[in-house]
Amino acid sequence: MFTLLLKKLAALIPTLLGVTLVAFALIRLIPGDPIEIMVGERRLDEAARTALMAQLGLDQPLHVQYGRYVLQLLQGDLGKSLVTREPVSAEFAVLFPATVELALAALVLALVLGLPLGIAAALKRGSWFDQLVMALATVGNSMPVFWWGLILIMFFSVGLEWTPVSGRIGIEYDVDTVSGFMLVDSALADLRGQESGAFASAVLHLLLPATVLGTIPMAVVARMTRSAMLDVLREDYMRTARAKGLSPARVIVHHGLRNALIPVVTVLGLQVGSLLGGAVLTETIFSWPGIGKWLIDAIARRDYPVVQAGILISALVFIGVNLCVDLLYGVVNPRLRGGGH
Amino acid sequence: MSTLTPLAERLPADTAPPSPWREFVAAFAANRGATIAFFVFVAVVLGALFAPWLAPHDPLQQFRDHMLTPPLWQAGGLAQFPLGTDELGRCLLSRLLHGARVSLLIGFSAVTLALLPGVVLGLVAAFGKGWLSAAIMRLMDVLLALPGLLLAIGVISILGPGLVNTVIAIAVGALPGYVRLTRGAALAELAKDYVTASRVAGAGRLRLMFDTVLPNCLGPLIINATLGFSSAILETAALGFLGLGVQPPLPEWGSMLSAARDYIERAPWVVTMPGLSILGTVLAINLMGDGLRDALDPKLRQAS
Repeated sequence: MFTLLLKKLAALIPTLLGVTLVAFALIRLIPGDPIEIMVGERRLDEAARTALMAQLGLDQPLHVQYGRYVLQLLQGDLGKSLVTREPVSAEFAVLFPATVELALAALVLALVLGLPLGIAAALKRGSWFDQLVMALATVGNSMPVFWWGLILIMFFSVGLEWTPVSGRIGIEYDVDTVSGFMLVDSALADLRGQESGAFASAVLHLLLPATVLGTIPMAVVARMTRSAMLDVLREDYMRTARAKGLSPARVIVHHGLRNALIPVVTVLGLQVGSLLGGAVLTETIFSWPGIGKWLIDAIARRDYPVVQAGILISALVFIGVNLCVDLLYGVVNPRLRGGGH
Repeated sequence: MSTLTPLAERLPADTAPPSPWREFVAAFAANRGATIAFFVFVAVVLGALFAPWLAPHDPLQQFRDHMLTPPLWQAGGLAQFPLGTDELGRCLLSRLLHGARVSLLIGFSAVTLALLPGVVLGLVAAFGKGWLSAAIMRLMDVLLALPGLLLAIGVISILGPGLVNTVIAIAVGALPGYVRLTRGAALAELAKDYVTASRVAGAGRLRLMFDTVLPNCLGPLIINATLGFSSAILETAALGFLGLGVQPPLPEWGSMLSAARDYIERAPWVVTMPGLSILGTVLAINLMGDGLRDALDPKLRQAS
């Protein structure tokens, strides 16, 4: 397992170099020179300009600049925002947990609803229930995420007034940041008796965004679970398990689902990309303070160091999650565990 | 005792195998969902092609006396504006019809712009020398390090928003998929005897690439291009919604939604109509793609 991890990491090195090169080039490809973008409206005389160039290292040859950039990255230095003048890494540390919380909630929702629906559809193959689930999954798979968010807001927030429209928690709550995950932090504050009702507020705020972001993965999980279960149900070991006298539930969960999960994990891994892209849209609709909204706001404000860092971070997260999914296959499917047979 | 009738006489008269096209049409038509989707898609295409003649009004003309008029079937609706008007009093039906032009045009251009270089690069990666092939594939790995929409956002942040840049951004995101697919399919074909035979017969490299191998890789490419078409339409709308795609006042479904956000309480139709257009078109193309996959490659057929 460990050698497998090392091999996979080594294979990533060219990709990582390429990604940093692209991020490095991003600022230099934008029309106009970086100094002008940085100082914006203000005018600089020639001396100040040269001094700033030297200070930022922009007078060095490109390969030296790139080397410096990578060294800075390795030290966790992502540059400074042009707008807030704060280090990008500090802003990122606050926003990242919000995106992770949203994405995890969406995934949990997708699995909690998608898996049972897929299994039930497979067991009742051809019934009206099966057809309904598959029709919904087909529609869900084609759903424009941003529109779906607006429709849900229209019904649940504006029409029924059940859920709030934006943010992570009601403004009346003042919750200390402990983990950065609002569900955890608000629950802690709630338990300590500081802010009663904070947890419920956080859950209500999370509900719609997680549903919106979870819809496509849910549809994919339901479809894939159904089709994998149908394959597995035909297998001899299922008949054997039933013949041994195991309860139907045990046969389905321990023998069926265990094996059906392999393709489900595979497609779930393929969903990570659309989940990240969907997070950008979902965060924009619900004003969810995560890295997706941060990135879009930065583009609108022409805050290029933030854009550069945001793109780089998204790529790193995507690569990292894909690596985890790769390793997860090994856990779900023992045949793929490296070094074995 | 009857003697055995010869095999040929027991078979129906017409035993010639159906032409590949006939076989394909029959397999596609057997899929009810795909057939319905095909007609929906044809309707969208016709609507887009004939938008200037079908649309009751100029999509940019503002009827200031009729701002946020509800659709015909709601109280206060006017026959003049069958689907109602938007916040500036523009006819929603006319904007949706012209919006279909924009979406289909961008989708089609982006797929073409990704497919053609993708196929060439994929074939070169399959046929070319080791270092060339490795260089192409590593480059594609870098592009694949960002999910499609984020890559498009990155490209837009360099090029700036607009219709042409939207096409480029989406095409760049879709390119690696076609390169990988073509290379994979071409490598599988290269191992087969007919390619060796053709090579022995003296076929040059270009002939081998484009005439011998490529036609046998078309199935998966057609399926991928169809599904790529629908995701290009979705991404166009997503970029438009984020304000990074086609810029107003040009009617585009995503940017129409973005403008409609503020009227969600007073005028739900300005939100529902563009969204339903996107969903309907994307759904139709995806269902067609499923039908194509089943018809073109029975091996890929899902257990159902």
